[in-house]
Amino acid sequence: MQYVAAKTADEAVALLAGHSGMARVLAGGTDLLVQLKSGMVEPDLVVDIKRIPGMRDITPEAGGFRVGAAVSGAELGEHAGVCAMWPGVVEGFNLIGSTQVQGRATMAGNLCNASPAGDAVPSLVAAGATVRVQGPNGTRDVPILEIPAGPGRTTLAKGEIVTSIFLPGRPDRASDAYLRFIPRTEMDIAVASAGVSLVLGSDGTVESARVALGAVAPTILLAEEAAKVITGTRLDDETLARMATACEAICKPIDDKRGTVEFRTRTAGVLAKRAARIAYDRAGAKA
Amino acid sequence: MALDAYQKREFKQVGTRPNRPDGVDKVTGRAMYGADVTAPGMLHAKVLRSPHAHARIRSIDTSAAEALPGVKAVVTSADFGVPEDAFLLDVQDHCMAREKALYDGHAVAAVAATSIAAAKAALKLIKVDYEVLPHVTDLDEAMKPGAPVVQAGRAFENVPAGMSENVTHHCEFGHGDLEAGFAKADHVIERSFKTAATHQGYIEPNACLASVTADGKADLWVCTQGQFFYRTLCSAILGMEASQLRVTASEIGGGFGGKTMVYMEPVALALSRKAGRPVKLVLTRDEVFRATGPTVSSSMDIKIGMTKDGRITAAQARLRYSGGAFHCGTVDFGAQAAFAAYDLDAVRSLGWNVMTNRPKESAYRAPGAPLSIYAVESVVDELCQHFGLDPLEVRLKNAADKGTKSSYGPTFDQIGLKATLEAAKAHPHYAAPLGPNQGRGLSCGFWFNFGGNTCVSLSVNTDGTVGVTEGNPDIGGSRASISLMAAEELGIPYDKIRTIVADTSSLGYNDVTDGSRVTFAVGLATIKAARDAIKKMCSRAAKIWGIDEDAVEWVDGAAVPAGPNAGKFPPMTLAEIAAVSAETGGPICGHHEVNADGAGVSFGVHLCDIEVDPETGATKVLRYTVFQDAGKAVHPSYVEGQMQGGAVQGIGWALNEEYIYGADGKLQNPGFLDYRIPVASDLPMIDTVILEIPNPGHPYGVRGVGETGIVPPLAAIANAVSRAVGVRMTELPMSPPKLQKALAEKG
Ligand SMILES: Cc1cc2nc3c(=O)[nH]c(=O)nc-3n(C[C@H](O)[C@H](O)[C@H](O)COP(=O)(O)OP(=O)(O)OC[C@H]3O[C@@H](n4cnc5c(N)ncnc54)[C@H](O)[C@@H]3O)c2cc1C
Repeated sequence: MQYVAAKTADEAVALLAGHSGMARVLAGGTDLLVQLKSGMVEPDLVVDIKRIPGMRDITPEAGGFRVGAAVSGAELGEHAGVCAMWPGVVEGFNLIGSTQVQGRATMAGNLCNASPAGDAVPSLVAAGATVRVQGPNGTRDVPILEIPAGPGRTTLAKGEIVTSIFLPGRPDRASDAYLRFIPRTEMDIAVASAGVSLVLGSDGTVESARVALGAVAPTILLAEEAAKVITGTRLDDETLARMATACEAICKPIDDKRGTVEFRTRTAGVLAKRAARIAYDRAGAKA
Repeated sequence: MALDAYQKREFKQVGTRPNRPDGVDKVTGRAMYGADVTAPGMLHAKVLRSPHAHARIRSIDTSAAEALPGVKAVVTSADFGVPEDAFLLDVQDHCMAREKALYDGHAVAAVAATSIAAAKAALKLIKVDYEVLPHVTDLDEAMKPGAPVVQAGRAFENVPAGMSENVTHHCEFGHGDLEAGFAKADHVIERSFKTAATHQGYIEPNACLASVTADGKADLWVCTQGQFFYRTLCSAILGMEASQLRVTASEIGGGFGGKTMVYMEPVALALSRKAGRPVKLVLTRDEVFRATGPTVSSSMDIKIGMTKDGRITAAQARLRYSGGAFHCGTVDFGAQAAFAAYDLDAVRSLGWNVMTNRPKESAYRAPGAPLSIYAVESVVDELCQHFGLDPLEVRLKNAADKGTKSSYGPTFDQIGLKATLEAAKAHPHYAAPLGPNQGRGLSCGFWFNFGGNTCVSLSVNTDGTVGVTEGNPDIGGSRASISLMAAEELGIPYDKIRTIVADTSSLGYNDVTDGSRVTFAVGLATIKAARDAIKKMCSRAAKIWGIDEDAVEWVDGAAVPAGPNAGKFPPMTLAEIAAVSAETGGPICGHHEVNADGAGVSFGVHLCDIEVDPETGATKVLRYTVFQDAGKAVHPSYVEGQMQGGAVQGIGWALNEEYIYGADGKLQNPGFLDYRIPVASDLPMIDTVILEIPNPGHPYGVRGVGETGIVPPLAAIANAVSRAVGVRMTELPMSPPKLQKALAEKG
């Protein structure tokens, strides 16, 4: 197995595009190294992107933030600007693993590992974040939702890498939240999850919302109907109950060792309700 | 009074909390665990495992693997004999499948090579021709006539006719007239329960280094709870004389009963014998889960009758346990322990062992007892709720006591159950307020405890320090406790003593570290070895003073003349006697050998508060208090550690831990991600209350404390859940999907 620490994104892309065997990008390695050790993947080439200048930067852009693909959970969690604007994105990302894992894990790695249960992704979907992808044919910006193709698969073409994730700017009266269900309190994998981002109108009702559900389908789901249900409301109990029902309606989970179809479906609705409430309170507190 | 009987005394060191002697090595990473031993010329071994739950092995072709560069030996069952002893054959078959692979992960061949990579590559070249057979992993299914037969012809004669061939064993305990008892009850509840198999979950995977030399001598360095028993099994399987195999126990990263059985050690020895080089074999976590000792799984029916004032009139348990693909007697322990906490006129427990296509069960802390007691304590709680009676009062009313004829036969001597229940009743925890969706549960627990074969050597060094040589791997701080008891008896400071765990060539046979026996039995032998050394030191002093040795006694670490008539001599300390030992007769050592009985049964009571999230079915443990009788807590921190550790393992069993098999008969969760032991943040501080009701069978009154603690949590949590949200969980684990479903069905 060959290991290369690329010095530029162009070099990384060239190496990956030109390689004929199995190649993998290495960011924090908290998924990849585990897979290597257990013999799940046996790549001939590993390209480390952490040393590429700019990959570990968080830069203000157009009222929002551009987050480099190698920014770790610990680094994002210490960024006051991102924490204030996108607390739900930060909390989803910071739930991953332990202190040690947080020192290395990246959002881009979580996204490209393409687990339907990845904790960083639902909040990014709810946030309407976009991904900058660089490949042999240049650079493109892609909505988060279009990256995962199914468990363990992405829509990235051969030689393409994610170089950054863009979190858009937003008005003051807005916030987001993420919740996951795990049978333990940490070191676990989401059995169902929900990210909710919303903007409040001047009258205190929800002006617009995005709701995303994790671990209840082969890829993260955007729950458009659930968002519609809460728009224009103050999240009274009856609205929240209808929101949960709307979430349940789109779940297509599997029955497995981690949870039944019934459990995942019901729990996704519960989490969406609770995350919406938290996001609503956070947004209200800012006003 | 026998010399080993309890005598009341004022302790100077026993009962204090000095640092443990193994602590620094463990926290600095210097402790030598099973995988840390290496030898020149060492090879690495890997095991090929069956991907099928049940398959006949038609043939195994190892030629391509043998031809791979770096491969030095390949073994299969053909490299072992066929022992006549049925138990030994089971142990061997578990280590290496003979005619059939009996479960997913069953070893079928093993390779030793110059690198791990070469060994792994060689595994891929071994061709096994399997005839896949129908399998059964659920024990209720396995009991049905017509179920796939795991192993034919294994049923004992006492198994009732007409049952599936998978039922190997039947037992029955109890006394009194059940029918009359149930007739006297104001209410009778009958419930069925099911529990999943769980794993001990020790953090250190099984590991060993085996070295067999050309002249047939062998060494085995291994992570084990019992080097002597491993020697017995390995030498018998390999056809060696015991003296030719020396087994050295490494430092141990958890065992909980799981490391009382060989899994791959005979294979490592066979590889070393074939290759002529030392062989190291370290299991992966996946292998640990698939092929080393889980507990039994169970299916149980309990029937208990009670009067409206809370007296139990009759009780019956029907227990079906599966110890995997082999014969297993653990159901006997479950049947004996089920009603041990109660003083009953009419009681019966019946047990059956059922074979399934799962790995061979190994001991896990109080093997068999947590399950049957979970079921019994659940029904007792339900009866208390039915009559609106206080669950602690009901237990006190029915509690076994000194003189009670136990449900499994013997009449109890001094036991601590009532005192433990009283302590729980008086504790602020029992009266603390609860919030919505919160509930408080309690359960009694019991374990027999064990003494067993024990041998200790104690040497007095010429500089006034002392070495204690014992033969039981330290899985819970026992070296500290043993040093404390030696220090107490000799009258010298704790830090002048170093206790080590010796290899099999250095001491007589010691039973495995199990049955909560070490602080009791090794402690007893240490105290008596110290007394032996004291006797010799007194005799040396007598010689120096020119007086009769009976005229010398030992006081506070020194020989003194016994009374004014003996003569006037200043005390001679241990150090002074030791310094001149070469002139008075040579080295001074004390020894003791015993097959100890009088271990004294152990009872505990647990109180726990939980809160259920009614929407997700998640259970959070809010407060937890363990009350247990330790006889005498030699090192209270390690007694508390045992009580807390047992509680935590029981909480894991109650809430999330389980062996999950798919329809394909494969284990779905062989790793710590999906086999969920509790993590620190899942738990509150586990509070402990140690009671000290001296065990009459030990000089300091010590009782084993290691196992009882895992017994009560299962029912304590189920009872708390029932009181919090009104659903009775009769299947373990009470994982969130099950509880959420039960709550939805209740509406
Ligand atoms: C102990 C532990 C606990 C964990 N807990 C959680 C948890 O709670 N929740 C959770 O969701 N995950 C968890 N994980 C998984 C993992 O930590 C996360 O998915 C993490 O975000 C992965 O990021 P990484 O940078 O380490 O990815 P890597 O391992 O470096 O990469 C992951 C995958 O993405 C690809 N990749 C990485 N970066 C790029 C890029 N820029 N462009 C294209 N492809 C790329 C890699 O080739 C690889 O296939 C845990 C892992 C461990 C070891």
